[in-house]
Amino acid sequence: MSRSRRRRVVSALFAGACAASVLLALLPLAFILFYLLKRGVGALEWSFLFHNPKPVGEVGGGFANAIVGTLILIGLAGTFAVPVGVISGLYVAEYRGSRFASAVRFAADALNGVPSIVVGIFAYSIAVLPVRRFSAIAGGFALGVMMIPIIARTTEELVRLVPESFRDGALALGATRAKAAWSVVLPAALPGILTGILVALARIAGETAPLLFTAFGNRFFSTRLDQPIAALTVQIYTYAVSPYEDWHRQAWAGAFLLVVIVLVLSVIARLATRRLERMHG
Amino acid sequence: MVESHRLKISVRRSRSDRRRPKPRSDDAFFRVATGAVAAVIILLAAAIAFELVAHSRLSIEKFGFRFWTGKVWDPVSGEFGAFPFVWGTLYSSFLALLVASPVAIGIAVFISELAPGVLRRPLTFLTELLAAIPSIVYGLWGVFVLVPLVRRLETGMPESLRKLSLFSGPPVGVGMLAAAAILAIMVIPFSSAVAREVLRAVPASQREAAYALGATRFEAIRAVLYHGRTGVVGALLLGLGRALGETMAVTMVIGNNPRAALSLFAPQHTMAAVIANEFTEAADQLYLDALVEIGLVLFVVTLAVNALSRLLIWSLERRLRAIPAAAEPAAASTVEAA
Repeated sequence: MSRSRRRRVVSALFAGACAASVLLALLPLAFILFYLLKRGVGALEWSFLFHNPKPVGEVGGGFANAIVGTLILIGLAGTFAVPVGVISGLYVAEYRGSRFASAVRFAADALNGVPSIVVGIFAYSIAVLPVRRFSAIAGGFALGVMMIPIIARTTEELVRLVPESFRDGALALGATRAKAAWSVVLPAALPGILTGILVALARIAGETAPLLFTAFGNRFFSTRLDQPIAALTVQIYTYAVSPYEDWHRQAWAGAFLLVVIVLVLSVIARLATRRLERMHG
Repeated sequence: MVESHRLKISVRRSRSDRRRPKPRSDDAFFRVATGAVAAVIILLAAAIAFELVAHSRLSIEKFGFRFWTGKVWDPVSGEFGAFPFVWGTLYSSFLALLVASPVAIGIAVFISELAPGVLRRPLTFLTELLAAIPSIVYGLWGVFVLVPLVRRLETGMPESLRKLSLFSGPPVGVGMLAAAAILAIMVIPFSSAVAREVLRAVPASQREAAYALGATRFEAIRAVLYHGRTGVVGALLLGLGRALGETMAVTMVIGNNPRAALSLFAPQHTMAAVIANEFTEAADQLYLDALVEIGLVLFVVTLAVNALSRLLIWSLERRLRAIPAAAEPAAASTVEAA
């Protein structure tokens, strides 16, 4: 009697603890979002979006250089990471089971787990050291290295979602395997691949560590690819650890903007996935 | 010569398969071309390892293993001991996992086993949101919100407890406690997402069997967790891999002081943080190589942790896939016997 009662109490306590752990994790989330809204939105004004930083110590100025810089860095990363990632993912999905495909997948997983600061060191030694200059190219390269494995793995998974009958149909009509993969399977998986690209973009848009000694940051407006360039994340960092009150305010606005960008990308990615699931599910 | 060769092929083709429109050589081309692009991924992973080794040679040759036991980090006098950073990374990750592991498992259990259906999607979305927030935003929040909170906690601590070495030192706010707290928050969504997948993969028959034996909810879930234990450990290790390499949020709240200490209140340092802070200031080659060597070890350790994590999850998946195949013939035979 008392034993069964004790078992039931333990069970109820356990369920309560599980529910409590969900609340415990959502508490910081609510806390962070609250502060982003409270301190970020208020500081998000015209001059923040469209002005460049003022000289150190002067009040005012904004993040225009950093916003443009981040867009350029993401663009650079995407131009070389998207083709490499999508084609590798297609290869691994088409020839899964082969030893080389397994090796590629293993390498992608390994690359995915490399700490971003280590990717920064790598990009520094490849793209900064030989020319002895920090540059937008080096920053874009670092971010691209982080993007490739994410795109490759999502492409692979989503290409595999495409029903086997698509490929069979193409082959039955006399298409070669290449033709079937390229003009039937890949287009069918396209919404999913776009999702993978968006997820990867969302992740690298918020990266700071790999940019610290590649893109380096720049207090001036620059669009030159061979020069140091500003980035939202790096500028938030320098502003946050500075002693100026006005810079702290701008750092919060920058963080708010960054989170909005990341969330918009993630939500679009989620909608695209859902559509794909409905198409093939 | 060429002409006759082509003729021979076309003759043979028309004899064997009249309707095939063109030779299949573009299949081979497709395979080689996409394979060559895929090789870039392998090349990148290998190049990272190569560059890290090449650029830390000076430090490896000069210090050897002493580098990892040395407690003094003094770039000015050329003395480099990485022990304080290793300690800081391991200690902060350990503390973070201590807090994050039960919470992550609790979330996974709640979402996959306990929550009503309507709550499942929104809760999954919210925990994913936690994973999507960039680490620099966590860092910013840590500096202006979490650190003052920790400082208040520290100053409010009774004097008797402050005598313990775990809580010694001036209450400055920045330090190990703040770093561990922020790491725990950042690790939870990753571990819980993977643990959730693992629990979902455990076959329903496990739960049904437990309930049939009169188990309470807790006992049934315990059986499920036990069944998927390798995968759950894998999920927690995945979190560890993230904690070890996390840079920005940690460096902003840990105090960046290269001195190993047991105290939770003491400002300390981590491997990733010292690279982020000092890489651009490293004036001489030895200094730079010492930092790259720290990066090399960070790379090797996270690689090993992630590989182990994947191996555990993969071995569970393989075992689960084997279950229905083994169970069905047995079920069929009992039906026949009945």
